[in-house]
Amino acid sequence: MEISTALLFNAIIAGLLLGGFYAAVSVGISISFGMLDVVNIAHPGFVILGSYIAYIVNSRYGFDPILVAVALSPLFFLLGMALYRVYYLCFEQRGQESLRGLAFFFGILFITEVVLILVFGVDYRTVKSVYAETTLRLGVLDFPLRLVVPFLVSVVMVVGIQLFLTHTFFGRAVLAVAQDQLALRLMGVNPVRVKQLAFALSISTAGIAGAFLIVIQPVEPSIGREYIGLVFAVCVLGGMGSIWGTLLAAFVLGLAESFTSTFFGPSWAPAVSFGLLLLTLAFRPSGLFGR
Amino acid sequence: MSNRLFAVVAFAIALAIAAASQLIANEYFFSAAYTVLLYVILATAWNILGGYTGYVNFGSAAFFAIGAYTTVALFYAFKLPLLVTVPAGTAVAGLAGLGLGYLTLRLRGVFFAIASLAMAVVLFTFVVNWDFVGGARGAYVIQPSEVPFGLPRYIHLLFSIKVLMAAGALVVARAIETSTVGRGLAAIRDDELAAESAGVPTLKLKLFSAAVSGALMGMAGTTFPYYLSYIEPSSAFSLSYSVNSIAMPLIGGMMSWMGPLIGAVLLGTVQQLVQVTISSAWNLLIVGVLLVVFVTLAPNGIMGWVDAWRQRKNQ
Amino acid sequence: MTTSSSALLEVQGVTKRFGGFTALDGVDLVVWPGERLGLIGPNGSGKSTLVNCICGALHNEEGVIRFEGRDLGTQPAHRRTRLGLARSFQIPKPFVSMSVLDNLRIPLLYAARQHEKLAADRVADEAMRILRQVGLADKAHARSGGLTMVDMRKLELARAMAAKPKLLISDEAMAGLSASEVDDILALLSQLKQQGVAVIMIEHVMRAVMKFSERVAVLVAGRKIADDDPQAIAANPDVVRAYLGE
Repeated sequence: MEISTALLFNAIIAGLLLGGFYAAVSVGISISFGMLDVVNIAHPGFVILGSYIAYIVNSRYGFDPILVAVALSPLFFLLGMALYRVYYLCFEQRGQESLRGLAFFFGILFITEVVLILVFGVDYRTVKSVYAETTLRLGVLDFPLRLVVPFLVSVVMVVGIQLFLTHTFFGRAVLAVAQDQLALRLMGVNPVRVKQLAFALSISTAGIAGAFLIVIQPVEPSIGREYIGLVFAVCVLGGMGSIWGTLLAAFVLGLAESFTSTFFGPSWAPAVSFGLLLLTLAFRPSGLFGR
Repeated sequence: MSNRLFAVVAFAIALAIAAASQLIANEYFFSAAYTVLLYVILATAWNILGGYTGYVNFGSAAFFAIGAYTTVALFYAFKLPLLVTVPAGTAVAGLAGLGLGYLTLRLRGVFFAIASLAMAVVLFTFVVNWDFVGGARGAYVIQPSEVPFGLPRYIHLLFSIKVLMAAGALVVARAIETSTVGRGLAAIRDDELAAESAGVPTLKLKLFSAAVSGALMGMAGTTFPYYLSYIEPSSAFSLSYSVNSIAMPLIGGMMSWMGPLIGAVLLGTVQQLVQVTISSAWNLLIVGVLLVVFVTLAPNGIMGWVDAWRQRKNQ
Repeated sequence: MTTSSSALLEVQGVTKRFGGFTALDGVDLVVWPGERLGLIGPNGSGKSTLVNCICGALHNEEGVIRFEGRDLGTQPAHRRTRLGLARSFQIPKPFVSMSVLDNLRIPLLYAARQHEKLAADRVADEAMRILRQVGLADKAHARSGGLTMVDMRKLELARAMAAKPKLLISDEAMAGLSASEVDDILALLSQLKQQGVAVIMIEHVMRAVMKFSERVAVLVAGRKIADDDPQAIAANPDVVRAYLGE
């Protein structure tokens, strides 16, 4: 089969650019699931929510969607605080987090999707931004700005979070709460509070990632479901809670999807992330009683 | 009541319902009742792995679709009738449950749940790309013109089969629940490590549970292609099946076979009414909200209320 | 150290690592049939890790664990229990949806039946007998989730006993209990001697360990530093130093 080098390189570029975006979508799960052990399967629902909010503001006022998302991220932060409160009171405290917590978040995901359908219908929505139509050309290589700009902001966001976690007191408290809650308590830090704030952070990253999504592609309510496999695949592949791992795994996944899409057709793309997830889970040497 | 007696009673009631249904001419009634029965099977099946064993399956739709598409594939390939495709679809779905379980049940329950969702999407993608069964365009499965057993119309046959399947699912669930295996599953649900240390072969029992659960869900799907004579992936893999099979046992009660039955009948009926009077999107919203409300405030469901009320009465 | 094929449990050179941390470092231990062995050591010395390796909850990287002469290899925990190796958990893990009596049905149905003929309809009777033995008979039909601490510990031990083991490992069953409650548990464990069951008692309550054990092994930082009769252990300067610090 004749594969033109141009096609190959463009697939690689698209994969890498997409990978940066995938990292932004998944970093929240790395925090909530990888570090806090909260199975927030509703995370993609919040991403889509972010997309729609960016869409509303953009279609009404014309502001750049990514700027809107960053500006409105405190809203998502508060939403995350409230959600964790409910989760903690109803599930974690009672030790029921495995079965019931999962069902809870699944219900939240479902409700988010259905509410969006009721309000916006099932049509695809897009945003207008200055760079949405532009593509940079370097020889035979294409750099669509609608991929490049989210990629750049994603990487900044993810690296920023890693630095925040390793260089600030609160960030290190989050890393600590994943490992030893008792030690935190002995230091006078309330682990529940730390978890609540960390969870809120994860939800705000979801909101921002939603803006990236709608810049990259048109959005409709049920897209969230397709990302569940992706975010958990990236989190698991990336080593559960390692931000650098998340970044790397996101690139791997981006490349895998890009190659599949280019050489086998886009209708196979959803199977890539979920298939990779299944394989990872199947062959990952994690025992029965721990990760 | 012994399981044998229960089976006799259950099937007798099912046959009575099937016979009585021939007298009803209302087309809509069949549609609604058929759907409720379908959910009885799905909810009961889900609960074997979910409520009894403690492992949440998010991909019920996939097992349902496996049953449906096995029927389609065998119909197209060999023109095989329902009599063959029902057991075949059940078996294939059971194997899928076994396979998924073998890959992921050695991990934490959380990973099994996510993997089940992943499996649903992967299978959906395969079916969409599989032209032999119609792919995204869908497939036609023509109802035979001759209806066996002298029933007036084909829909009566489908309905009768569904009632018998529902009875069968309840019998299987109750048999498991009251057996030694059922006690083992409950131990796994309560504390898997302690169960393993008490001598329970946890992996074997979990695999058994996943296989039976998957098989019964597939069984529910085997008649689906004949229902409208047409099937396409989005409806076969509908998220509605996955959400309802979780919501109904949760609302009815997950500890025994009665919970899913109650949940399916109640929630299923409500949905049929809402769908007709308001819309199907509102319908789904109600299911989602009820799921969240019950899981937060009434985790033991309606049967849990009944048990609590009974205990208070005894004091 | 000499081992004989008549030893009940042989732990040879067992090493267990968690990433860069070595929890167990070449531990040797022998338990004879019917013996009462105390296992002590400071917090974090690896006692629970050793129990987990012996019972199959964890797999050791190096070394061999033999039960009744047979290498246990990577056999899962439930098979080891069926062979006659039972344990209680440091933090009690009752089957909360079941009554106290039904909790005992599980090991009776799944483990005990391997080496003691027990007809299905006799299970409840046998469970009641064990409950009487541990003093929980009056709570047979109570929900196992709502018990007092000492009753939960008794249920843990009763569940281990219901597996009809040849060796029972009691993991800190007395932690946090009052003096009279400690005596209750002690009496319970002593009864096992009469039934020919070997017991490994892991405890911090020294008077109980000294009173109960025929032999005491001491684990510090993953290594066994002493293995002797109780009086010699109490006088051993290394042991005293390990507990009081340098």
